[in-house]
Amino acid sequence: MKDSTNSEAKKLVLAERLTVLKKNKAFVVGASILGFWIFCSIFSKFMVRFDQDAMDFESINSPPSLKFWFGTDSTGRDVYSRVIIGARIIMIISFIATALGAFVGASLGLIAGYLKGKFDMVLMRILEAISAIPVIIIALLAVAAIGRSSTVITVLIIGFIFTPNVARTVRAAVLGESELEYVAAAKLRTEKTAHILFREILPNVLPTLIVEFTVRLGYAIFAVATLSFLGVGLEAGSPDWGTQVADTWDKIFTNIWWPTLFPAVAIASVAVSINLISDALLEVFEL
Amino acid sequence: MLRFIAKRIGLSLVTLFIVSMIVFIMMSIMPGDLAKQTLGRDATPEAYEIWNKEKGLDKPLVVQYGVWIGGVMTGDLGMSFQYEQPVSEILGPAASKSAQLAIVALILIAPISILGGVIAAMNRGKRIDRVLTVGGLSAAVIPEFVWSVVLILVFGVAIRVFPVSAFPDEENPNIINSIYHLLLPSIALLFVLFGYISRITRAGVIEALDSDYMRTAVLKGLSRKTAVFRHVLRNALLPTIAVIATQVPYLAGGLIAIERVFNYPGFGNILMDAVVARDFSLLQTAVFLVGLVIICFQLIADVLFAVLNPRIRQRVTE
Repeated sequence: MKDSTNSEAKKLVLAERLTVLKKNKAFVVGASILGFWIFCSIFSKFMVRFDQDAMDFESINSPPSLKFWFGTDSTGRDVYSRVIIGARIIMIISFIATALGAFVGASLGLIAGYLKGKFDMVLMRILEAISAIPVIIIALLAVAAIGRSSTVITVLIIGFIFTPNVARTVRAAVLGESELEYVAAAKLRTEKTAHILFREILPNVLPTLIVEFTVRLGYAIFAVATLSFLGVGLEAGSPDWGTQVADTWDKIFTNIWWPTLFPAVAIASVAVSINLISDALLEVFEL
Repeated sequence: MLRFIAKRIGLSLVTLFIVSMIVFIMMSIMPGDLAKQTLGRDATPEAYEIWNKEKGLDKPLVVQYGVWIGGVMTGDLGMSFQYEQPVSEILGPAASKSAQLAIVALILIAPISILGGVIAAMNRGKRIDRVLTVGGLSAAVIPEFVWSVVLILVFGVAIRVFPVSAFPDEENPNIINSIYHLLLPSIALLFVLFGYISRITRAGVIEALDSDYMRTAVLKGLSRKTAVFRHVLRNALLPTIAVIATQVPYLAGGLIAIERVFNYPGFGNILMDAVVARDFSLLQTAVFLVGLVIICFQLIADVLFAVLNPRIRQRVTE
């Protein structure tokens, strides 16, 4: 009985927060931009105007026009189509990498925060050491070690690097929760540790985890774009935004700015939209 | 206090040790025959063996680790596979180049960001506060290379007020000219760091504005502006400095992309070249040194915080 009223009260609180969120201007702007790019990555096939790799040698480096909305690059490829296709690549990679980091990090954080003691101490030292090396540098190190770059490796590296941050945030939240009565009650009921961790504590630290997820997602976009710009993130010739900027930006000195500016603005808009969303979530959840 | 510092240094050494292990393991366990890669496929097996022996790669991993870390500790950074030159001779000049860029950037960034934070705090809740806070953090999530490319496009190509290469002209190598060339990359870093630093300043100033001594100062008849600059800043500034200290090393990650775009021969560019050439001896030492610098800065920041706030000091020693 008590349980059901409890969950209903929680639903009410959630509904209330959603209403507040809908009125938050930053959130609406961020969600619209991100929504647009998600739409692009799902329906890119119907949105492109040309094949992203098709080269039109008769219109090389042509400026934006009615035929080529964002112009063409130095091999006559349609920049608009490449930007639309690029959305899918960066979105999927960033999302999977963040989900991986969030899953492993949340699990480690839950266990460390609940068990405390030696496990916690050793884990925190290791995680601190990992986060003492900047994300881009540790990723470069891994790429050099493996000897080639690929999408899968990039996903694994970014997921691995985000693990400490997520673990630390979740651990701090769990430390607060594990002192509370419902945890003591569950222990008295002799529930299994896994049950207490994932069914009792996890739902209560979920808001923290969601905000952390969106923050990390923003950094994942940052990292994927930077790595592919440096030429170590994805397969060579991939039509993703970072590679597009890297391949075209030396042409801006001859005033051919369109193949560089459009993907650059695309990267910026996704990064900013995610930041606006996580900022609004932080405010609404009062974390 | 001494006990706190000693304990904090101990923890940093442990972290540093783990960093060295991570870097070494990443550079050692991966497949790929370095000798084959360096000497080419046509070399004889004996040549591979001699090369491996020369580089100490035939010894057990534990010994290799000991030789490497012992060398680094005593200032012998080893030889670069790629350049056949001592690592220190390659990293030294590059690091000093990067330091020059970082210093110019910080001289630009620190005052602007602190001022931004103070303005936001004094106009808390108003439009200008929202613009500075949300705008600052939004700018911070846009990658450095995007800022660099856009800045070059605007100031180097469209209105041509700044040079597009960070490296000064050979015929005109004076300080003013060098700084002038470093301004555009510094502005790129400003966009990325402004949000973090101004947010901390804002929080510090808001806390100080609500304090008793501030009320006293205002009651005493000081204007709000004078009170802020005379009393509040002194209290709000130290946490800001500590945050700058923890952010500085992260410049290292961002510097790679910026140095790449502006074609600047700094640490980041060398690191990137070493990645492409798979120059492991150079790479592992360079990354370890980055970790060392970051851990040192964090140590300084933590001690600074503890000096400021006795409660933290107690928590760590307990």
